[in-house]
Amino acid sequence: MSNEKSCCCSASSCCSTKSITPYDKNDKWVTVEIYTPKGSVPVVSTNLHFKDIFGAWKVRWGIGRMNYKISPGLYAVGKPDHTSPVLVSANYKLTFDVLRKELSGLDCWILILDTKGINVWCAAGKGTFGTYELVNRISKTGLSEIVSHRKLVLPQLGAPGVSAHEVTKQTGFSVVYGPVRAKDIKAFLDSDFKATEEMRTVKFTMWDRLVLTPIELVAAAKFSLVVFGILFLLNLFAARPFGLADFIAYTGAVITGTIITPLLLPVIPGKAFAWKGWLMGLIWTFGFIWYSGWFAPESLLLAIGYLLVLPSFSAYLAMNFTGSSTYTSFSGVIKEMKIAVPLIAISLIVGIVLLLINSIWV
Amino acid sequence: MKHRYLKNVATLRLSAEKCIGCGRCAEVCPHGVFSVSEKKAQIKDKDRCMECGACAKNCPANAITVDSGVGCAAAVIMGWLTGSEPSCDCSSGEECC
Repeated sequence: MSNEKSCCCSASSCCSTKSITPYDKNDKWVTVEIYTPKGSVPVVSTNLHFKDIFGAWKVRWGIGRMNYKISPGLYAVGKPDHTSPVLVSANYKLTFDVLRKELSGLDCWILILDTKGINVWCAAGKGTFGTYELVNRISKTGLSEIVSHRKLVLPQLGAPGVSAHEVTKQTGFSVVYGPVRAKDIKAFLDSDFKATEEMRTVKFTMWDRLVLTPIELVAAAKFSLVVFGILFLLNLFAARPFGLADFIAYTGAVITGTIITPLLLPVIPGKAFAWKGWLMGLIWTFGFIWYSGWFAPESLLLAIGYLLVLPSFSAYLAMNFTGSSTYTSFSGVIKEMKIAVPLIAISLIVGIVLLLINSIWV
Repeated sequence: MKHRYLKNVATLRLSAEKCIGCGRCAEVCPHGVFSVSEKKAQIKDKDRCMECGACAKNCPANAITVDSGVGCAAAVIMGWLTGSEPSCDCSSGEECC
């Protein structure tokens, strides 16, 4: 260990046994412990195991997503000493895993803030990845006695929550904002803490969008169970009961709003998300009605009802994706919603009334 | 393909008078909205601003203002219905954005 000299003293104030960061001994990602003047620090593996990968998959589908966290505090990668860089991150396990898997071969410290298990960007937006928590965590871990330099590397997406000059004023640590993506950290450290413009820019690739769609689908599915329950009750006294074709039409609209629209986002004409979703929903609904022969005079009410209901529903689901997007401004979302929400509501209500008339009285 | 959102809505404002040209805004902006030349920052593409608030929070001269907000559409609608501020408080337990 590099810190032997400053550590194992004979006095009762000895640091050797005190643990700075509590952790579960069963966690495979902690390999050993490293000793510092302030106590022992868990050293983490830079390899992901099956449990980590399966855990990531689960939270993407919304399973236990709000309770996927690690203890805040100080962690080590490799064999860091008092000159090693300090990377700051959030205590969402998914975030932590993405970070540590990029640090193989490095010797560094990771300071994990308590963001209540939320990722860096969302937590910065809410202020939990913030100046106050960072200042507190520095003092709680005794960081200034573990490292001799006074520099912290923060993820750039933490900047909405942290005031760099305030941190310096209160702790003496200067803040350097690192790259947006963890995979660029090595290059960033190698180039003497310089991030290129490419490293600084947020992207929103098709893959980025794809991994966000399951959670949208799960939320829509929960709501859909209620819809199916109501339809089931209606079917008990409906003249034209809802069947498989209706189920397919509806499910298609849900998939259009939660998966297809997010995936095709930049190529769908227009800017507003609700518009994009409505357009895709219209294409789907029109196509399905045509295929099912519902444009015939005897089922025209059904066709019009669905053309009013389904594209609007896709529009609503797509509009909700603004919350996941990395480029929509809040003012823009509000502007979009002020126009879209009333239109969606009217279209939904009129359409539902037509469908009910068609189902019950015709 | 580059993503573009609604034009002329971002509430970003930069005071050239207060700006000390430190370049912190250009460092933290995730969309390259700022450029710095001759010791002054400039907004080069305001329509790419997503109002995350990083620039304003990190400006040591208080030269930048922006109304930043977070929340998914569902949270905004709830805010309208209940007359409260739209918020998407993931930490309170319920699944959200």
